Amino acid sequence: MTRQRRSLLLQWLGFLLGLGAIAVALAVTVRWGDLADRFFKWEDFTAQFPDIVLEAARNTVVYTAIGYSGGLVVGLVVALMRQSSVPPARIIARLYIEVFRALPALLTILIVGFGLPIAFGGDNLPGFLSEPWGAGCLALALVAGAYLAETIRAGIEAVPRGQVEAARSLGMSSWQTTRSIVLPQAFRVILPPLTNELVLLLKDTSLLAVLGVAIGQRELTTWGRTISNSLGNYTPLIAAAVCYLAITVPLTFLAQYVENRTKADRR
Amino acid sequence: MSEATPTPATDDVSVPTVQIRGLTKRFGSNEVLKGIDFHVGHREVVVVIGPSGSGKSTLLRCVNLLETPDAGEVLIDGVDICDPDTDVNAVRRRIGMVFQQFNLFPHLTALDNVTIAQRKVLRRSAEEAERIARENLERVGLADKAGQFPLQLSGGQQQRVAIARALAMGPEIMLFDEATSALDPELVGDVLGVMRSLAADGMTMMVVTHEIGFARNVADRVVFMADGVVVEEGHPSQVLDDPQHARTRQFLRQVHDR
Ligand SMILES: Nc1ncnc2c1ncn2[C@@H]1O[C@H](COP(=O)(O)OP(=O)(O)OP(=O)(O)O)[C@@H](O)[C@H]1O
Ligand SMILES: [Mg+2]
Repeated sequence: MTRQRRSLLLQWLGFLLGLGAIAVALAVTVRWGDLADRFFKWEDFTAQFPDIVLEAARNTVVYTAIGYSGGLVVGLVVALMRQSSVPPARIIARLYIEVFRALPALLTILIVGFGLPIAFGGDNLPGFLSEPWGAGCLALALVAGAYLAETIRAGIEAVPRGQVEAARSLGMSSWQTTRSIVLPQAFRVILPPLTNELVLLLKDTSLLAVLGVAIGQRELTTWGRTISNSLGNYTPLIAAAVCYLAITVPLTFLAQYVENRTKADRR
Repeated sequence: MSEATPTPATDDVSVPTVQIRGLTKRFGSNEVLKGIDFHVGHREVVVVIGPSGSGKSTLLRCVNLLETPDAGEVLIDGVDICDPDTDVNAVRRRIGMVFQQFNLFPHLTALDNVTIAQRKVLRRSAEEAERIARENLERVGLADKAGQFPLQLSGGQQQRVAIARALAMGPEIMLFDEATSALDPELVGDVLGVMRSLAADGMTMMVVTHEIGFARNVADRVVFMADGVVVEEGHPSQVLDDPQHARTRQFLRQVHDR
């Protein structure tokens, strides 16, 4: 046996021993019976389905989609304003980013959620904005927009100057250059952080509960919480956790796949 | 959009395609061009040589307004492109530019690199743009590389795609800024060959290069620049073999010694 293999074997042995020690410690200290009873009751788990998917997971996805697409639009506009040659546009963009990154998302949701109906009158608001969850999604979009603006700006700045010069020298306008040359390259660079922010936003949809939610509008965390209360059993929280994983894990794999593919394109 | 598109003021070939008068350009306090008078005639090939930092690239970039002159005139076919009413994009689409670093669009195939501006700027149909793109890729010897992405091509191939991209716009003049300087020595010949055949086809060209051989064999006129001024110009044999100024002689000695 070489020295290398022996040290590898020792490493594994140490690792397994440590793991075993922790397992033993947990086995004797944790009250497994109570835990299984209150958190992992199989009947209560299966009873969540399919409703948890049809209502809560669906709502989580819908709120995320609205918040994220809104955030992308806001972020793109703010990022372009940030690079504008018009000073007021730059100042407004800068201010926007600083404000919405400084405030806790929860506070923004509360302010927008309560402020919007007062400002415009609940009945005057178009579509889903008149609903608490809709105003909450707007707040999420505003927050995400501030972060996405900085991400998109970093992507734009990563595109070499020569790309813009080449496009402009062919007679393309500033906007054509941005749209067809700069942004496609920028978005490839920032795909990983964009995915990251999508997952963060997905989890932040649980904050919308502070605006009060009606039956039918609960997202996963709220579902888990309210059903647990009525059941006197926390198993719905575990069901909600499983649903979050079922959404985010494939998402990150998809993003990885897309990233690899665009790289492969160019090699 | 402005209507002051600079259509040729005249078909008279004695009017220079590019006419520059009293051009100055500074970056901060650094005066890079100090009153340049310069012209490129119709179908003429002018090669600009000079030491590093003498302002060759800046002069070239003033011709398609990648740099904005501080003073002086830049006339293209007799129309002043520095006039605020001039449609800059309309000027640029008639001037092809080839960069030292190629600047191909890495997210597009060679074919799409050559079609995109035709479609966006000239509003050609997809079929027409593709036909013209393939003609021009053929012209630079890369018909079989249409589907490749830039990073799958060698430097010399990339630069030839960049030339095809500029040619597809049907430019009246082509600007080359050290088109071969970033290439491995064995790839320089292919690109120079394409440039030579363009010149033979009667393209109006303004070429910044360190390839003295190209200047000697292809140029109609050689312009030597140093420190932001034109030191001397004339027929290649005159400037390269019998330079009148000490500065020119010194530069040519250094180039030959390399
Ligand atoms: N965007 C810029 N900002 C500030 N200074 C610049 C800029 N572009 C060029 N310069 C300066 O202008 C001077 C002339 O540069 P230019 O690129 O025109 O020289 P060149 O003759 O092309 O040199 P080379 O042979 O090295 O390419 C240099 O001193 C350079 O540092
Ligand atoms: Mg240069």
